[in-house]
Amino acid sequence: MFRNQYDTDVTTWSPAGRLFQVEYAMEAVKQGSAAIGLRSKTHVVLGCVNKANSELSSHQKKIFKVDDHIGVAIAGLTADGRVLSRYMRNECINYNFTYESPLPVGRLVVQLADKAQVCTQRSWKRPYGVGLLVAGLDESGAHLYYNCPSGNYFEYQAFAIGSRSQAAKTYLERRFENFADSSRDDLVKDALMAIRETLQGETLKSSICTVAVVGVGEPFHILDQETVQQMINAFEIVGEQEAPAAEPDAAAGQEAAAEQGGSTDEGVAPMDI
Amino acid sequence: MKPIGKHSLLGASGEISDFQEILRYLNELILYDNMWDDGNSLGPKEVHNYLTRVMYNRRNKFNPLWNSLVLGGVKNGNKYLGTVSMIGVTFEDNHVATRFGNHLARPILRQEWHENLSFEDGVKLLEKCMRVLLYRDRSAVNKLQIAKITEEGVTIHQPYSLKTYWEISTFENPAQGAIGSW
Repeated sequence: MFRNQYDTDVTTWSPAGRLFQVEYAMEAVKQGSAAIGLRSKTHVVLGCVNKANSELSSHQKKIFKVDDHIGVAIAGLTADGRVLSRYMRNECINYNFTYESPLPVGRLVVQLADKAQVCTQRSWKRPYGVGLLVAGLDESGAHLYYNCPSGNYFEYQAFAIGSRSQAAKTYLERRFENFADSSRDDLVKDALMAIRETLQGETLKSSICTVAVVGVGEPFHILDQETVQQMINAFEIVGEQEAPAAEPDAAAGQEAAAEQGGSTDEGVAPMDI
Repeated sequence: MKPIGKHSLLGASGEISDFQEILRYLNELILYDNMWDDGNSLGPKEVHNYLTRVMYNRRNKFNPLWNSLVLGGVKNGNKYLGTVSMIGVTFEDNHVATRFGNHLARPILRQEWHENLSFEDGVKLLEKCMRVLLYRDRSAVNKLQIAKITEEGVTIHQPYSLKTYWEISTFENPAQGAIGSW
């Protein structure tokens, strides 16, 4: 995208009928580190790549629990994501207080989308620079939604956002038809494989990814590093054919808190991931 | 008694105008719920809790809605029965009652209610309670209405009255002991 005279204001249309500021906000999402989500009939899994500013710092928190039955993974401006998570948590708590019953995910997503839309139509605001993968359970089953800075939302069987997400999307496109009847463990395995696709050669370790699950009878929670590492070991030993040639997992026991961040991205936006 | 949404039925005693006000609130609630048009709907538990919030908040403002409410319903096979009083006291149980019913009818229900009552037996049990109330509650009238909620929906039957027996000797000439009195 190139600079042009219609992109200063979010309230200025271009002659081609585009709002450039909104599109630039969507670019910010593409710069963030990857987040993926996939669902079956009864479970939804979210995963993301942990990115740290430097070897010395801790990584950004990109997956948030919103309620026992809803969680969200973000990509883009993490600060915006944090604020929206707080909004979502608030909405869920208020609904639960009034109705003693969990807020249906579909409704939360629409409220989020309407909130994002407001920012595309006020001259004193800017669009949120974060894409949200909302995973949740309600009466009609398991759902995965993607909320865009433009105020659009879509429901997905599986999706990936952030940098190098195309690789994950290709992997998911090949496999999504089987997801609906997958078991919970197979779903987590597929999530880890999809995350691996975005790493492009880097070894998949539990220290560079975060995985969270929500399902029928299973409240939303983030899997701890040990469990994730065990699952990584399990499928790398089995040796799936679709996996690209990954290095053998030498650091099997090493899931310390130390950041083995490995190679950092070139061209990462300074405003973080 | 009025059906609320697809899954619930609300009955009230007390100030009828306040009950009508509550119906207006609930109408709006159900309307917004339907406007989402998304396959989710408010069930009896949600409506009951909403009513609890309304009643309790009004009580806190010293401006109560002068009603005792009974809310029942079935959603996805789950049966629900709850009550809210005008001061916001709320609970769920297998049988609930308002006002005098709490003192006269609930003991009968505690003895005779069981999990597997058929509809007809349920009605008979309720009629027994209503008869006791008719005899003993001075504000009662011999007219009652049965409503039934199942997964399929709500049916409210026509009002009818109970057969009663008043041929007790003391009632035959009530002014006997005190002529000129009432």
